[in-house]
Amino acid sequence: MSSEPMSIEELEKMAVVIRCDIIDMICTAAAGHPGGSLSAADVVTALYFRVMRIDPKNPDWPDRDRFILSKGHACPVWYAALAERGYFDKAHLKTLRQLGSILQGHPDMRKTPGIDMTAGSLGHGLSAGLGMALSGKLQQKDYHVFVVIGDGESQEGSIWEAAMAAPRFKLDNLIAILDYNHLQNDYSVDDIMPIEPVVDKWQAFGWNVIDIDGHNMAQVVRALEDAKSHRGAPTIVVANTVKGKGVSYMENVCEWHGKAPCQEEADQALEELRR
Amino acid sequence: MTTHHYRYLRPEILSLLASDEIFTKAEQQPTRYSYAEAILELGEKNPKIVVLDADVSKSIKTNEFADKFPDRSFNFGIAEQNMMAAAAGMATTGLIPYATTYAVFASMRALDMVRNSIHYPKLNVKIAASHGGITPGPDGVTHQGQEDLSIIRAIANSTIIAPADPATTKLAVWAAAEYDGPVYLSFTRDPVPVIFDLNYPFEIGKAVTVRDGNDATIIANRDLVVQALIAAEHLARRGRDVRVIDCHTLKPLDVEAVLTAAGETGAIVTAENNVFYGGLGSAVAEVLVENRPIPMKRIGVRDTFAESGPYLDLLEKYGLSANHIEAAVEEVIGRK
Repeated sequence: MSSEPMSIEELEKMAVVIRCDIIDMICTAAAGHPGGSLSAADVVTALYFRVMRIDPKNPDWPDRDRFILSKGHACPVWYAALAERGYFDKAHLKTLRQLGSILQGHPDMRKTPGIDMTAGSLGHGLSAGLGMALSGKLQQKDYHVFVVIGDGESQEGSIWEAAMAAPRFKLDNLIAILDYNHLQNDYSVDDIMPIEPVVDKWQAFGWNVIDIDGHNMAQVVRALEDAKSHRGAPTIVVANTVKGKGVSYMENVCEWHGKAPCQEEADQALEELRR
Repeated sequence: MTTHHYRYLRPEILSLLASDEIFTKAEQQPTRYSYAEAILELGEKNPKIVVLDADVSKSIKTNEFADKFPDRSFNFGIAEQNMMAAAAGMATTGLIPYATTYAVFASMRALDMVRNSIHYPKLNVKIAASHGGITPGPDGVTHQGQEDLSIIRAIANSTIIAPADPATTKLAVWAAAEYDGPVYLSFTRDPVPVIFDLNYPFEIGKAVTVRDGNDATIIANRDLVVQALIAAEHLARRGRDVRVIDCHTLKPLDVEAVLTAAGETGAIVTAENNVFYGGLGSAVAEVLVENRPIPMKRIGVRDTFAESGPYLDLLEKYGLSANHIEAAVEEVIGRK
């Protein structure tokens, strides 16, 4: 069964380890998406090392909490968390995106232990999570389903189909987390197709909305715990984040959405992160 | 008529075939309703069956499942993308969702979800697609799913079943539940005759010879199986002895049945109410051209959209009726 949940301080340290894993694996792969992996690192760390009811030795445990990274391109953060949590050997991280690897460029539930849902094409994960949450209600299981969505991803119409449906089905076992890092592939979200007023939107759709600093571990943990105990409606945690968080030259720079650091850049990033 | 040529046909159909009165006198039903009946019976037996709708449950009659099993019925409203990805999520937990809508929406509106969230992870979702081909005659082009079989066939991990009549539709719906993986089921909006009896040996991937014959073979699916039978009966009156195969499973194709027919009859006509790119005709042609090239012709919707109109008139106008199949058979026999 799961080990003792970490303290806030331990979680903060683990988030650094996971950020270093992200840089390492994307540098080794020479391809991947560092910016959105780093912005989601604190949320994913809090989920895997404190909030979720999971058993890494039994990844298909029917009563486990589920996690979906709907913004699947940020999977290095998911792979790092799974490896650090013991779902598979950390040596696999070096194989990201390589031929024969269990770690695909976007998450594949049939290849990677602990991946609860295949993802990559945007706007699917919240619906898939909704389906898992409906199953939980139908089968009277008390698990929760956590889904991280992106802000750029929120431009997909299907996100709002799911947003409309989850309160209709009273899915208080469904918890979305918006990784609100303000940048997407081309330019900023605000410049391309703004999603504001995002808190009002989700409230208007009938969701319980918790607006937090997505890099403040205490806030992250409290929001996720509160979301788990909220009854009668789904919760979305609007996690205000910084794309590329923790690496100075990546922070708030759109180009690091989908570019790998070279070895020299990676060394600098690791040095900054471990400082 | 020599009845020993036919297999699994109901006695009523045998006599109506002879008198050319199938569409005026035979018992008929849209196969979408047969699906609704089958899923209702399946729901009684298997608590893992859930039905997902997208605001066409009264059209398909899955509202009857909703009435009987309200806890296991979910109407997503007019939101097929959400429905398909939610079906995928439900399947990860061991439920068997039948995601129900019209073919155009199942295969095109929600195609990205159908490909990436259902077929890529090979999740146990059944896609129940009504209004296949130009069977929604009066509704017109926007509701005529003439491409869906070709589109879904191009996706890895897909299994596609297009049953010919109400009886085999029920068998297909039940068989799909026993198979672990995605299954795309295709139904008609418009009524088709109840052709087959209870002895019909339905097995996914096994085409069924429903009329013996050695001069040529018609390989048909869904609503064109009955047209193929009518064509074969007419041809018999002119001394042509034509085999008819109900190829209910488009994928995986029964390659052995195709090659046996090619070897024994030497000429093949395919017949499908679907665009003639990428569907049954293409699948059979692929097998023949690589293994045993013989005279062949495809009956299907040509590179065009149809229009509103009565179903049988549309079949005639767009080249899918028994008359067209007969002419194609004569042509391939002539090329032998």
